[in-house]
Amino acid sequence: MSLEVSAVARLGEFALDADFKSESRVTAIFGPSGSGKTSVLNTIAGLLRPKRGRVAVDGSVLLDTAACVFVPPHRRRIGYVFQDDRLFPHLSVKGNLLYGRFFAGSSHQHASLEEVIDLLDLGGLLHRGISALSGGEKQRVAIGRALLSSPRLLLLDEPLSSLDERRKDEVMPFLEKLRDRASMPIVYVSHVQSEIERLAGTVVLMGSGRVLAVDEASRVKAKANELR
Amino acid sequence: MTLTAEELVAIKLSLRVALLATVASLPFGILIALVLARGRFWGRGLLNALVLVPLVLPPVVTGYLLLLTFGRNAPVGRWLADHLGIVFAFRWTGAALASAIMAFPLMVRAIRLSVEAVDRKLEQAAATLGASRLSVFATVTLPLIAPGIFAGAILAFARAMGEFGATITFVSNIPGETQTLPTLIYTFTQVPGGDAAALRLTVISLAISLAAILVSEALAQRVSRRLHAI
Repeated sequence: MSLEVSAVARLGEFALDADFKSESRVTAIFGPSGSGKTSVLNTIAGLLRPKRGRVAVDGSVLLDTAACVFVPPHRRRIGYVFQDDRLFPHLSVKGNLLYGRFFAGSSHQHASLEEVIDLLDLGGLLHRGISALSGGEKQRVAIGRALLSSPRLLLLDEPLSSLDERRKDEVMPFLEKLRDRASMPIVYVSHVQSEIERLAGTVVLMGSGRVLAVDEASRVKAKANELR
Repeated sequence: MTLTAEELVAIKLSLRVALLATVASLPFGILIALVLARGRFWGRGLLNALVLVPLVLPPVVTGYLLLLTFGRNAPVGRWLADHLGIVFAFRWTGAALASAIMAFPLMVRAIRLSVEAVDRKLEQAAATLGASRLSVFATVTLPLIAPGIFAGAILAFARAMGEFGATITFVSNIPGETQTLPTLIYTFTQVPGGDAAALRLTVISLAISLAAILVSEALAQRVSRRLHAI
């Protein structure tokens, strides 16, 4: 697994100038709110088109402004679990889960519906509407929906931040299971150190739009403390 | 309450005119609503004004403009008749055209509001799941704005049923061809002894309009409930 990201972009007052590489199965992007973590994910997913930049996953170039390459989001096969769940309100839980699989077609299938339901314990929710779900359940469905689109890389943008403490404890074990059992690499964004310590291999430390350090989880902790 | 043959003909014609006006203008209504809600281009304000202008223009002016454009001897009208065999002047299709234009602002407004209420983040999410722009529209945007489209269509239908000024100016008041419910009511009010018939048709007209408004409002409420449930 290899992930290469560089992006220079201007978003109003905010300037993004990030550049990092990671070889880990789980890469965490860590930093305070407003440090550009989500902009990096949006660049990887193709939702943000930087002025200059390059994104490559396992050698597949998804963006290279120097070579005028821009693969549109729907052709990137990047699973994205947003901070807000962004489930489709007009579809049931099952409809949401199957949405990405429909567009993935049969060529890249690596997770079956049964496996995902089992992994995220969604069996009892399938026929419910989205408005009848709790925050934690919504986030699990959103993870399942992203997994079923057969992504080559899974982006998780603070999947716990909108949940209260009890819900966090409810979803965290699923994330650990996901890390151990999912076949694709994961990029995990958070501003909570304990989550990073539990999940990540490589940590990308960000501050005000820039990458401050890239290192293994344990060593970045010391650096983060120094910078504080 | 029994209706005479003449009244039945007018009611049926009105329904046919309103149905054609609604169905034929709906694709344009959706397109214009999308363009106005999402497009950022030069002339957007002008387009918006053009769509809205029949709302404030005296209907007789709209009808007269239609006559000047689509009349038998008008440039567009003659071209359509010669090349496509389509004639609007003094035909029921002309009544449908006049009604469609008069109802268009209401239709566009209802659809536009529902488009503006769609959370574009859901469309982004759909794109990351592999849906092309067209698929995103068909599987996310369209279902989310469907109640707005229904509401707009129903309002337009009701408005088209009641169109009078532009219709009578453009296609006149010919029994069986362009004599719709409102123009027949007008006719009855102009002849001695027509009061009872005019009143009967007025009741029918009122019932249709009320039903349309009720259904349209109920749908609009469903839209806002659904979007706030997120």
